[in-house]
Amino acid sequence: MSQPVATDGADRTSGDAAPAPQGSIRRGTELLMLIFAAVVVTAALVLVAINQHAQLTPQILYYGGAFLALFGLAHLAVRRWAPYSDPLILPLVAFINGLGLVIIHRVDLGNATEGVEDWTPAAPDQVLYTAIALVLFVLVLVFVRDHRTLAKYGYTCGLVGLVALAAPAVLPSAIAPTINGAKLWIYIGPLSFQPAEFAKLLLLIFFAAFLVSKRELFTTAGRRFLGIDFPRARDLAPVLVAWTLSIGIVVLERDLGTSLLFFGIVLVMIYIATERAVWIAIGLSLFAAGCFVAYPLFGHVQERVGAWLNPLSQYQLREALFGMATGGLFGSGLGGGRPAIVPHAETDFVLASVAEELGLLGLAALFMVYLLLMARGLRSSLAVRDSFGKLLAGGLSFAMALQVFVVAGGVTGLIPLTGLTTPFLAAGGSSLLANYMLIALLLRISDAARRPQAPSKPKPKQAPIAEAHTELVERPR
Amino acid sequence: MNKPLRRVALAMMAMIVLLLANVTYVQVIRADELRSDSRNSRMLYREYSTPRGQITAGGKLLAESVATDDKLKYLRTYPNGPLYAPVTGYYSFVYGSSGVESAKNEVLNGTADSLALTRLSDLVMGREQQGGNVELTIDPAMQQAAHQQLTSKGLRGSVVALNPQNGAILAMANSPSYDPNRLAGHRREQQKQAWQELTNAEHDPMLNRAILQTYPPGSTFKLITAAAALETGKFDANTQVTAKSSITLPKTTDAQLPNYGNSTCGTLPTAPLWEAMARSCNTAFAEVAGAVGEQKLRETAQSFGFGKDLYIPMEVANSDLGKIPGPAALYQSGIGQRDVRVTPMQNAMMAAAIANDGTLMKPHLVEKTLAPDMSVLDKHDPQRMSRPISPDIAHTLREMMVKSEQYSGDTGKITGVQIASKTGTAQHGANTDPHGWYVAFAPAENPRIAVAVIVEDGGNMGADATGGKIAGPIGRAVIRAGLQGGG
Repeated sequence: MSQPVATDGADRTSGDAAPAPQGSIRRGTELLMLIFAAVVVTAALVLVAINQHAQLTPQILYYGGAFLALFGLAHLAVRRWAPYSDPLILPLVAFINGLGLVIIHRVDLGNATEGVEDWTPAAPDQVLYTAIALVLFVLVLVFVRDHRTLAKYGYTCGLVGLVALAAPAVLPSAIAPTINGAKLWIYIGPLSFQPAEFAKLLLLIFFAAFLVSKRELFTTAGRRFLGIDFPRARDLAPVLVAWTLSIGIVVLERDLGTSLLFFGIVLVMIYIATERAVWIAIGLSLFAAGCFVAYPLFGHVQERVGAWLNPLSQYQLREALFGMATGGLFGSGLGGGRPAIVPHAETDFVLASVAEELGLLGLAALFMVYLLLMARGLRSSLAVRDSFGKLLAGGLSFAMALQVFVVAGGVTGLIPLTGLTTPFLAAGGSSLLANYMLIALLLRISDAARRPQAPSKPKPKQAPIAEAHTELVERPR
Repeated sequence: MNKPLRRVALAMMAMIVLLLANVTYVQVIRADELRSDSRNSRMLYREYSTPRGQITAGGKLLAESVATDDKLKYLRTYPNGPLYAPVTGYYSFVYGSSGVESAKNEVLNGTADSLALTRLSDLVMGREQQGGNVELTIDPAMQQAAHQQLTSKGLRGSVVALNPQNGAILAMANSPSYDPNRLAGHRREQQKQAWQELTNAEHDPMLNRAILQTYPPGSTFKLITAAAALETGKFDANTQVTAKSSITLPKTTDAQLPNYGNSTCGTLPTAPLWEAMARSCNTAFAEVAGAVGEQKLRETAQSFGFGKDLYIPMEVANSDLGKIPGPAALYQSGIGQRDVRVTPMQNAMMAAAIANDGTLMKPHLVEKTLAPDMSVLDKHDPQRMSRPISPDIAHTLREMMVKSEQYSGDTGKITGVQIASKTGTAQHGANTDPHGWYVAFAPAENPRIAVAVIVEDGGNMGADATGGKIAGPIGRAVIRAGLQGGG
């Protein structure tokens, strides 16, 4: 994957500044893939109906049609406002989102037959959120015409993001109650949302902007020790701030997932910006120190680690593993399993539901879709010409990858369970809205990457200088 | 910045590979262990989501699954629960299963290898998966007679009937019995209560006495002592043996071994072996056992099935001679006392081997297994288990048993049918009434049925009980049901 696979002639040349031929912007491919996604999702819905012995009505086809119409509108918006963007990203997202809707609907049915107490159907809400998310998606495309303008609002984004991240922790419990041990939510009237999901996006923008403007700082060599160039002590400040913030999230909001995600993103973005692996080493040392400090102090951390070491001792994890094992290689078939036995089978444990009903093969296919999505994001990052775009696209892609890894690893017992949502798949409005905005930004950057260079519009001088600068410090020895 | 970006791409790949490796571990490598974990309710739901196969015998339905509208879609029902419980066993999601329900579980739930083709065609055709069916060798008329005889008089005990020619189990009844329907319900609480009641009930109704309980065989064991003696070649039916009413056990000062009722064996000082058998003289067979020796006695017992693992397909408890520490113990063991213990199944096998010219056929309960569409998957082939005695010796023993039948009273005698039998009255414990045994086969000249009956603790006759009085009529009734019912 280090050398992205080119799918057509235009892509192969888009990495360099050569103009792409007009005819191969591949919007037709996007539409075709969207139709394909809609067909798969509709077929999945039919399977659920068959296996649940529900009556097969034409209504299912209407659902499939509505799904296609919704994403068709998004497609039209992409045609209008980001015509050169990557043609695979939207269909991949549509596929995961659609599959998620089917699974959530399926868990709703399961909750009804399983006699689960105190549940409300999640699928209708998720459909609504999808629609709203797509509106936001289009709005981002419309209003962010050039991703570089975001760099100007870097500090604003950082401040707002920080406030959003900290808000649930500092707000009184009446507005930000503790749910399932974590203080993540803000309730305003009937509306509730997880500000951390949006904070993730804002802080990504801030870090991209900040790192691009202050890259020299991080690349200035400090003391050389054991053959490794260590940064100067004072340059460590941003990393230490991020680290402190992450610890703060764990302590105040009891949210291990967001903490891990946040820290991981910062680390990787510094690495991308500086090209110096020593930052990863420093970050991992800090991470280890953080674990060392947090583990004995906090019961909820010990609880998670205990459940990880002995997964069968914890009900939810145990049931998830039972479900996955019962599904086995091929799965029980959509609607043929019992995913609703696992608590939160439509949110945190949605991947366990997928694994049970679609089996190892289905889950592997889903992971491949995610991988493809991340790869397309990174492609855009590689291809785009400006440093800010590169860093932002790289950060956005990695954010998605890390999120998938942390949540899937937690559900399957690879790493301790932390509360993160599976992007586009799990039920939850905040996550969906934020992730669609993330995708819109990625599309915007990929649009810039593949857009033919207009000779009339002079390139901003900043980009080539930044590139040249990079070349200069790449080999200081 | 492209170099670190490519490295990040590699890192993403690595993360996905890690996830896939772990998921493979959970869903494939460790899957069996997780699936079969007792806390995994999914298997239970799956088990109950398809109709389990039927258990039938002689055209009668013993167990079937009927559709319900609760979460577990099919309810296991036993139309004649207590009557067939010793063979069907129970099927409970709290307490597991027993009997044929357990032994033939994979056929009944449809996961057996022999049903792979059926499963495949169900899958292709989109039919609901079904379990296979099991047809038993049980003769409903004989089973009914055995159950009826035991329970109507409030007796405790067991009846086992075999077809001596092929080893088919024709009847296997216990008393007291239990209703497996009580453990098949879909409410956990209900099952728990029933289980509590059944396990705490007096006399353990869920114990499968026929194959799992061992009893002292008493005088029925004399058949094995006689077989061992005849095998040595030093004895025949007319060999004179002692007729004393009581003898002193060897190497003891005054320990006596008396005949039943302290009577002599006929009027003469000695009696022929056949008469000693017919009159069931303890003194004679104690001395015969002493003459035969421990080793020969053990060998003969083993060839009749003692100490051999047996699955019918349920596991049968081992019958055993116990320790024989010296000649006195050998004397006592020779008449089926001391530490000799047999299952009713073992005693039926002994009678069957004698009936079948000395060849013991392996007892079996499953006649055939059938696919859901009733096509035969597997039909049982009769298997020879051993050949404990020669046909000549078998005939000699048969003659002795015919004589013995004439001495044992004629309650329930069947006109026109000659029965060969041996009774036993087994002492056990100090203040308990004796167990009554009756082992028999009929018709004597062409045996089609071999039967063993035990009635525990004197039945309804207390200390006066003898095998002939309490067990004999039951055995004859079962034989009659078998012969007249076409068994």
